[in-house]
Amino acid sequence: MDNILVAKNVSKSYGNYTALSNISLEIPKNCIYGLLGPNGAGKTTFIRIINQITYQDKGEVLFNGQPLAPEHISHIGYLPEERGLYKSMKVGEQALYLAQLKGLSKQDAKKRLKFWFERLNIGDWWNKKIQELSKGMAQKIQFIVTVLHEPKLLIFDEPFSGFDPINANIIKDEILQLKDKGTSIIFSTHRMESVEELCEYIALIHKSEKILDGKLSEIKKEYKNNIFKIGLEIEQNGDALLKQLEEKFNILSSSFDFQEKQLDFTVQLPSNNTRDVLLEISKQANVNRFEETIPSANDIFIQTVNNKEDNG
Amino acid sequence: MGKLGLIIKREYLAKVRNKSFIIMTFLSPILIVGMIVLIAYLTEINDSEKRIISVLNESEFLSKEFEPTESMSYVLFRDLTLQEAKDSTVSLGYYGLLYLPKGMDLENVAESSYLFTKDNPNTSVTQRIESIFQKQLLQKRLGKLGVSSEQFSDIEAQFEINLAAFSGEKSIKGINEIKAFIGGGFGYAIMMFIIIYGGFVMRSVIEEKTSRIIEVIISSVKPFQLMLGKIIGTSLAGITQFTIWILSASLLLFLIALFFGIDFGVMDANASMPRGPIGGVAQFSNSLDSDTMLYANEILNIPWMLLISSFLIYFVLGYLIYSSIYAAIGAAVDNETDTQQFIFPIILPLMLGIYVGFFSVFSNPNGPIAVGFSLFPLTSPIVMLMRLPGGIGEGGVPLWQLLLSIGLLIVTFLGIVSLAAKIYRVGILMYGKRPTYKELFKWLRY
Repeated sequence: MDNILVAKNVSKSYGNYTALSNISLEIPKNCIYGLLGPNGAGKTTFIRIINQITYQDKGEVLFNGQPLAPEHISHIGYLPEERGLYKSMKVGEQALYLAQLKGLSKQDAKKRLKFWFERLNIGDWWNKKIQELSKGMAQKIQFIVTVLHEPKLLIFDEPFSGFDPINANIIKDEILQLKDKGTSIIFSTHRMESVEELCEYIALIHKSEKILDGKLSEIKKEYKNNIFKIGLEIEQNGDALLKQLEEKFNILSSSFDFQEKQLDFTVQLPSNNTRDVLLEISKQANVNRFEETIPSANDIFIQTVNNKEDNG
Repeated sequence: MGKLGLIIKREYLAKVRNKSFIIMTFLSPILIVGMIVLIAYLTEINDSEKRIISVLNESEFLSKEFEPTESMSYVLFRDLTLQEAKDSTVSLGYYGLLYLPKGMDLENVAESSYLFTKDNPNTSVTQRIESIFQKQLLQKRLGKLGVSSEQFSDIEAQFEINLAAFSGEKSIKGINEIKAFIGGGFGYAIMMFIIIYGGFVMRSVIEEKTSRIIEVIISSVKPFQLMLGKIIGTSLAGITQFTIWILSASLLLFLIALFFGIDFGVMDANASMPRGPIGGVAQFSNSLDSDTMLYANEILNIPWMLLISSFLIYFVLGYLIYSSIYAAIGAAVDNETDTQQFIFPIILPLMLGIYVGFFSVFSNPNGPIAVGFSLFPLTSPIVMLMRLPGGIGEGGVPLWQLLLSIGLLIVTFLGIVSLAAKIYRVGILMYGKRPTYKELFKWLRY
């Protein structure tokens, strides 16, 4: 069994509004999985189904190979997009309460809380109320509460929204360490650039449908379109050279800097064969830049959506 | 401890530790006792004036019975017509006119005697006069019937003086009201409990929504568990508060009575009717008065076990129904100001229960309105309790009505709680919009 979570043809609608339509996903164990898509695409609905907050109308969700059931709740940690804590409750009591709701015993919860409080420098806040804390501190506590019961699957919905950069970094490091310890992690976000570097797998969701999923590196390979950025050092006016190149290659854009005597352009090649172009340009000038452009998740998303709309 | 237990515990502690809750808990008894003492004190002052009653006695009975007392004295009229006597009473500014017509025997005379007053007469006045009659009647009847204790109370309970305003309307005064007041006291307690603690449930739901913790929690427990835990926890806090109120208020009253010697009986005797069980208790201690004995007897005759056990049933079911509606409202809105449009329809049946109950049950505990409202589930917890002091069966509530009423309440409870749970489940995750009734209806189908 390699997948922590498998969704098969999951659909959900609210009245006339379809929130999810026929979503099938496989989320491998011990990886970081990005659930990407714009606001309102259906990500949160899907996550709520995993957390058994709502239920799918059709389809099946398997957790660790078994149909999702109430006892799985204690193996899932969830940091919702809309998150908060009881403002007038003391930090320690609150953390204990939430941990016990996840099935931890009081003693275990206390022990682990001590560990985490030390780790994230929350030593003497135990008896303070949440409303006395700064937002950053409250976020740390929220994070601890999410991971305290050592879930097999962690779900973060818009994890970094509302976190200040310093705390966001601390949290990011902690998440990576949890992954190293074997936890599977789902990131859901509409700000794709924020998690792209972390994710090994992604699924793109658009208008309640999955439009793309798989290993990020493979997707990127697939979406590479042989566009290269080239920079040349030249002595004279670049126009003549550019014209000459345009006869042989498909130049997409170009710019020429007089002072620096630098010609930059992007070129679309028919295949991943770069030898011809390199040969040609190295005859003309010194090459100081030659780089394949790799599409970002955002580019891939836009491209896929456009393709879909053109076809549809 | 199960999850439900954890939730109940948290809700209870959150409520009980709340500062305003603590202040309310300990301040209220002082305020209430202060009020009672003030009222008792003012009544005593108010009552210290001496009242003069003119007596027009055309019969040969009771001629020597009108001895002046501390608060009352009598002026005997002679050879006047009733109209003349009334006019002179008014012009002399006396408190009232007692009229005893000609008659062959005491029974007839007593039956057709009237006390005329300007306003409704003070209870202590009527009690005083009634006791004069009663004493005589008692003597006479005892002679006829032979003396046994059952007959004694039987005879004693039989006489009440006719009351009339000068304009001629009869004023009524009866034990029905007292009974309905006692039942009404229980009903009123239910209503207050629902309004206070239902509101707490609602605010607690809103707090979870606005602090955005709700989704964290329902990823661990079912929304229904959370709702139920909240309702139970809050009501336990409420019961704690009520218990503290009752205990400390009675203790305070007792202490004050002990140290300052204020006679609370004064207040009970003077209030037009004794209010609720506390009034009743106060009267036992003051039972020297034969009229108070009469009340005490009636109050003892109330089926207390039935009343208290039905109170518990109606309390639990009624409170669960209403507080789950409150929870659903809390879930549907984002802040308390948006609750107004939904609160009114809830308060309405409660108010209706109290007012319709007080009017219809007082006049006729088995009339169609009283029966209807004591069967209708949203008002039955209040109205049925007003009817129950009359007992079950003959003269009281027919057993089938009680059972039907409880049955309907249970069915409604199941229905309302499942509807409320649906609205709650959807509502707690909805932010930003102020929902309409139409939308709530849509949520039921999600």
